Amino acid sequence: MTGKPHLPVGLEPEPIALEPERYELNAPPAYRFEPDRRQFFKLLGAGILVMGAWKRSSAFQESGRSTRSGESLPNDIGAWLHIGENGTVTVYTGKVEVGQNIRTSLSQCVAEELHVAVNRIQMVMGDTQLTPFDLGTFGSRTTPTMSPQLRKVAAAARDLLIDLAATRWQVPRQRLVVADGRVADPESKRSLEYAALVKGQELTQAISAEASFIPPTRWTVQGRSLPKIDGREFVTGKHRYPSDQTLPGMGHGKVLRPPAFAATLASLDTSEAERIPQVTVVHDGNFVGVVAPSSEIAVRALKAIRAEWKTEPQPSSGELFEYLKKNAVEDNDAGSDSSLDDAGSVEKTLASADHRLQQSYTVSYIAHAPLEPRAAVAQWSGDRLTVWTGTQRPFGVRGELAEAFRIPEPSVRVIMPDTGSGYGGKHTGEAAVEAARLARAAKCPVKLVWTREEEFTWAYFRPAGVIEINAGLRADGTIVAWEFHNYNSGEAGIKTYYDIANRKIRFHSTRSPLRQGSYRALAATANHFARESFMDELARLVNSDPLDFRLKNLKNERLRAVFEAAAKKFGWGGTKPPGHGFGMGGGFEKAGNVATCAEVAVERTTGEVRVVRVVTAFECGAIVNPDNLRNQIEGGNILGLGGALFEAIKFENGRVLNGRFSSYRVPRFSDVPTLETVLLDRKDIASAGAGESPLIGLAPAIGNAICDATGVRIRSLPMVPDGLKAG
Amino acid sequence: MAPVTNLNVNGSSRTIDVEADTSLLSVLRDQLDLTGTKYGCGEGQCGACTVLIDGNSRRSCITQVGTVGQKQITTIEGLAQGERLHPLQQAFLEEAAMQCAYCTSGMIMTAASFLRANPNPSAADISHSMEGNICRCGTHPRIVAAIQKAAKMLNPTMKGARR
Repeated sequence: MTGKPHLPVGLEPEPIALEPERYELNAPPAYRFEPDRRQFFKLLGAGILVMGAWKRSSAFQESGRSTRSGESLPNDIGAWLHIGENGTVTVYTGKVEVGQNIRTSLSQCVAEELHVAVNRIQMVMGDTQLTPFDLGTFGSRTTPTMSPQLRKVAAAARDLLIDLAATRWQVPRQRLVVADGRVADPESKRSLEYAALVKGQELTQAISAEASFIPPTRWTVQGRSLPKIDGREFVTGKHRYPSDQTLPGMGHGKVLRPPAFAATLASLDTSEAERIPQVTVVHDGNFVGVVAPSSEIAVRALKAIRAEWKTEPQPSSGELFEYLKKNAVEDNDAGSDSSLDDAGSVEKTLASADHRLQQSYTVSYIAHAPLEPRAAVAQWSGDRLTVWTGTQRPFGVRGELAEAFRIPEPSVRVIMPDTGSGYGGKHTGEAAVEAARLARAAKCPVKLVWTREEEFTWAYFRPAGVIEINAGLRADGTIVAWEFHNYNSGEAGIKTYYDIANRKIRFHSTRSPLRQGSYRALAATANHFARESFMDELARLVNSDPLDFRLKNLKNERLRAVFEAAAKKFGWGGTKPPGHGFGMGGGFEKAGNVATCAEVAVERTTGEVRVVRVVTAFECGAIVNPDNLRNQIEGGNILGLGGALFEAIKFENGRVLNGRFSSYRVPRFSDVPTLETVLLDRKDIASAGAGESPLIGLAPAIGNAICDATGVRIRSLPMVPDGLKAG
Repeated sequence: MAPVTNLNVNGSSRTIDVEADTSLLSVLRDQLDLTGTKYGCGEGQCGACTVLIDGNSRRSCITQVGTVGQKQITTIEGLAQGERLHPLQQAFLEEAAMQCAYCTSGMIMTAASFLRANPNPSAADISHSMEGNICRCGTHPRIVAAIQKAAKMLNPTMKGARR
């Protein structure tokens, strides 16, 4: 069962490139370490002092520094795939596993094309020494870019194996078939395992440009629900996350945190800490840390340090939205502030519209709060550095380390063990840099695990924002003019998919009071919340049903299909108990189409809002692993509940006020509604990633349902941190 | 307080040497290399560090090792019997009740304690008992389904779950 199946139209893999994106973590490096003495003379001797110059990098989605693109991918099979003498197929990718189960679905892709059992495949992921360069695991890019890449590699390897067998048996390759890890010649009834053909040699052959894939209609491994391939390691506690790594002779590190953001060290007394046996104290600029034989002693040493910090007055969450509007950057030369979408004349059409509506929406900063906080183990060997850490960008963190310690990137190895989640929050290498600095001083491997409070405070946040919409309608409910301004939260999902002739859509970057960066679905959550809430407000203006109103203004067939599918499954238009409301929201993001219907119950006396039921219809092309897709959709909705209902970072004068799980409320079991998922499998469309877009319809669906139940329109996320006040 | 020199973990007596006020979590992880028990918050709010002490679930991050005495500690590493997984472990796999799985040990240990006292729980009972455990990936419905499945595996004679 091989040959060269042709690729159906529309299934060509996308080139591996990043779409221009959104917002960037515009933070300079946290530390400017002094070169150590030996290194300082080395640098002087060479006549150059390489200072990592910080410049605003181009508008890629990723948060974090050392953005690099254009690095060409290796084109030989051996860089990506190796067939061992025991028949194990080792696959190398710079993508990383943070719970999205991409280790499993990428294995399915390779197994399919190579015709081997999934359990023969071993994925080596996110190791900068072993895997090809990769920008990072974000933006739902793994399925649309790395899957086709690995399928191409596996298909090339498969063709090569057939060639090897054909040469060996002196038969035409056309009559050979591959199945279950063997090449067979049905005529002569000969067959050989891949391992016997390759004999452990590296496959140096080039990946053919014309390598072709098995189309989704003929998939037998993909398109099926394969459970997490190494799930047993996790339910038995055997898997070693970054924070579980240990090395012989390893010390435990702690870093002294300033009392506020942007504080600088005014005075320091470490003498008491230094008197504790076996403790190393490190002071380098504003960086102060300790290394001790145990984490308890490290904590004790940290507490013994006397430090005074100089702080500056900073904005607080109470004045956040005024601050963002006031500090908007109006110049148009920064690229991301330029005109995003302009068509027709909004002003003229608005003036002559039958109905006009103008509204403003806000979203708060929220924290990713991955259950495993940032962690790293760093080990120096001379000038070479190895760091195990949890990051979505191992190559980016390699760059951060090289810059921080003024060493060439090839001297740094970053290894990313499968990590306790990220949600866009682990693009940066703070813990890696800190652990490496401590290890250099203590002259032993050092492990640093951030506390929950550190993770809440010193990581970065999903951007807050203000969104203003102004639209005009004809009496028949046709939207004729659409003006949309987003301040700070980002550009993802900013464009409207409704068919509106006159449009003006702008993103305005502003100064951000907090360090901000990527977050699952980025600003698509904010932009969809505003747009889809506003659509409901418009529908009410012309007494139209929210579904009918959307469909009237929407031509896109894929999006119409998910709205209709969600509404049907949900029972849109059906009866509801008293105090309950129905709402919907949906959209298009990262090549995924989603529509969400929600039912809420509002307790009139207490104002308590309970989300009772959520139906999500989702379509992202050909489905690779249906149950994992459902898992991602359910998970996205539950994570999204927090930001929709109650999550918000409170801050004052450079301090986070609710940086613990006891004061920052995340969704818990009692918050979880009944979740139903409708999957639309489009085998004629290339598979898109699905880690992000399923959650974008949730917040507006809930907001619209609250309004349906109570008549109260909520225009800020989170919507009901303390229950529904005005109900 | 005198240092603690001995701990009963997963059926064997282990020699340690730590101050009595050291958290049980760091003794398990750093002294005994039982890293299946996770740090998540350090304040007993997330449940990632849950272990069994004499069969009852306890937050090891806020349990001082000096208070454990000769009681039996069970961690996730001690739940399976040889190669045979505990029904909860098996059910979590079958229901794909995990994504990053960092919360999984704590979920399973909390559920193990709960099922001992509630052999035939409803979904609402389970949800209520798991309220102190955080899963950020959002696999809650699957975790509830897995615990219900495990309950049936543990008590095959029970006639259908209560509603």
